[in-house]
Amino acid sequence: MMTEISYLLFQTVLAVTFLACAAYVVFFISRNKKVRTIARWILIASGILQTLSLISRALLTGYAPVTSQHEAIAFFAWATTWAYLSFRWRYTVKNFGTFASLLILILLMISAAVSREPAPLVPALQSWWLPVHAGVSFVAYGFLALAFCGGLMYLLQEKELKSKRFGYFFSRLPSLDALDQLNSHCLTAGFLFLTLGIITGTMWAHQAWGSYWQWDPKETWSLITWFIYLIQVHQRITGGWRGKRAAVMAILGFSAVVFTLWGVTFLLGGVHSYAH
Amino acid sequence: MPTERILLVGVNHTSAPLAVREKMALTGGYEEPLQRLSTIPGCREYYLLSTCNRVELLLVAEPGAQLEDELIRFLFGGRISAEKCREYIYIYYDEKAVRHLFMVATSLDSMIIGEAQILGQLKEAYRHASRQHSTGPLLNRLLHKSFSVAKRVRSETGIGSSAVSISYAAVQLAKKIFGSLKDKKVLLVGAGEMAELAAEHLVGQGVDEVVVANRTLSRAVDLAKRFNGTAVSLEELVLQLERVDILISSTGASGIILHKDQVRPVMRLRRNKPLFLIDIAVPRDLDPGLNDLENVFVYDIDDLTSVVELNKSEREKEAVKAGRIVDEEVLKFQRWYKGMDVTPTIAAMRKKADDICRMELEKTLPRLQCLSDKERQSVEKMAAAIISKILYDPLVFLKQDSCKHDSKVKVDMLRTIFGLEDDNE
Repeated sequence: MMTEISYLLFQTVLAVTFLACAAYVVFFISRNKKVRTIARWILIASGILQTLSLISRALLTGYAPVTSQHEAIAFFAWATTWAYLSFRWRYTVKNFGTFASLLILILLMISAAVSREPAPLVPALQSWWLPVHAGVSFVAYGFLALAFCGGLMYLLQEKELKSKRFGYFFSRLPSLDALDQLNSHCLTAGFLFLTLGIITGTMWAHQAWGSYWQWDPKETWSLITWFIYLIQVHQRITGGWRGKRAAVMAILGFSAVVFTLWGVTFLLGGVHSYAH
Repeated sequence: MPTERILLVGVNHTSAPLAVREKMALTGGYEEPLQRLSTIPGCREYYLLSTCNRVELLLVAEPGAQLEDELIRFLFGGRISAEKCREYIYIYYDEKAVRHLFMVATSLDSMIIGEAQILGQLKEAYRHASRQHSTGPLLNRLLHKSFSVAKRVRSETGIGSSAVSISYAAVQLAKKIFGSLKDKKVLLVGAGEMAELAAEHLVGQGVDEVVVANRTLSRAVDLAKRFNGTAVSLEELVLQLERVDILISSTGASGIILHKDQVRPVMRLRRNKPLFLIDIAVPRDLDPGLNDLENVFVYDIDDLTSVVELNKSEREKEAVKAGRIVDEEVLKFQRWYKGMDVTPTIAAMRKKADDICRMELEKTLPRLQCLSDKERQSVEKMAAAIISKILYDPLVFLKQDSCKHDSKVKVDMLRTIFGLEDDNE
């Protein structure tokens, strides 16, 4: 019963997110403000449905739904959606929704493509640290994903301004300043949660294995990612890193995030690997 | 009478090259050419528009090859052979003439679509024509209509909204870089007119402070005073770059005044805050290599021109919408024009009178319960008789062929008196 509900919910999420993304793309092309309002409401609906979908999955498996590839990516999409919605609540960045919703849709589609079998969790890891550590880390990834979108938009717009050849994106993308501020906000929030994610991770490791840090490949890569963002935050504050450099760093940092999430699992293995 | 038609003859920037337009006989004021037009036989109403890009005649006249030749002679003054002239001019009748006039008024026929000047020129020309009483009921109506069509196009489409001048383009680019210009500072290098204009636009967008650097300090002080800003000497240029965000350079210097290597260290001091450099001097003041520096954006006069071109193409999209409005209005005018004949006017007058009669009877008769059917019919007959007796004289006046009054004038008069003007739905 729960399996069916969970399955149906996920399919609905996929469809609703596709609609939101399509509406945002229509807005991007037509610049009709009414379409944007519709798109935003559909995305909010998608966010709520994703939450329900995760809850149903948690009820199905009995613990926080982040142990299989399918669950982890769906969780990532959920975090990105709510990171976007919370950002949108405070700031307006022209056409940011189009890029963000596209990323969310891609994440959900990858999630739909991999096996949906629940991955049993070894008893040693069944702890309330799991939802805390995974939740905090994914919220961090959500914000960093937004910074990545903002970085892409910045590079596109900067290219138009520098080359002085104004194409399709020039009038549709926001000002460089708006994109740089987006980078700053998302980076700050993302880095904060990333730090919390690592701290909660060490706590959990201590509880489960008795040592805070054991240089497992995933831990190593998390630390590398964290350092990349640390450099960024530091340089932004002290050296005035902004604009193109910040945008490139946001994209680089996000690639490190993606590698930490999947590259490590597939290439290097370790205690964090899902579905083993 | 019904042989009279609306006729438009003209030359514009697309139909004739400048060399030909220069030869057009119409220079100076409107009075003399309008006077000459009145001597051409067959012109009942006439109006003349002359701008640097076009000369157009709008007439209500009895058409014919002879009239066309007369008008061509009037336009070209016999300086170019008649066959040659025909290649340069366009002649439109009736609906096409109306459409062309609307296209001109809405600037859809202008060299720069969306420019606002043409409407003013049209009004000016109309003022001259009506002062000489050369326009009658038809042209008055038509020209007033063209003004309102222009207004409608302006409010319902974005045709006049995008920047098509260099200084507007600079503002548009600054906004794409900085978002808001509220707390930004501008440095004017050189005190040329173009720079002043661009600065004015930027100040209009809320720029915080204007600094003027010039070789002669007194001129800098004068200009700075205009913008409530400060004046500095040209030697302080690099120093000032630390604190300003936008620089507009327009000096008459023969070489580059700001090099890449001078700005690179400044960017570190600015903590990489973006710098927008606008070079409107010819030859250029700023090193084009500056554009390679991170967070520095350099635009010279050619780059700005290309932005202007982009905006123009944006306007052309809006022009499609405007064209639809023009079509609509031409249709409306045609409907009104058809009603301007004697026969539809008589019908409209009768209908209005009958309607009033019927309405009043419907209001009164139910209250007169005591009346018999026969008496009731008498009342109805009486009402109808009053109506037709009142209408008798106006109708005779309308139908008679007198040479004193143009039938269009009579139709117009009666339509106004009887309030038959509600053709706009």
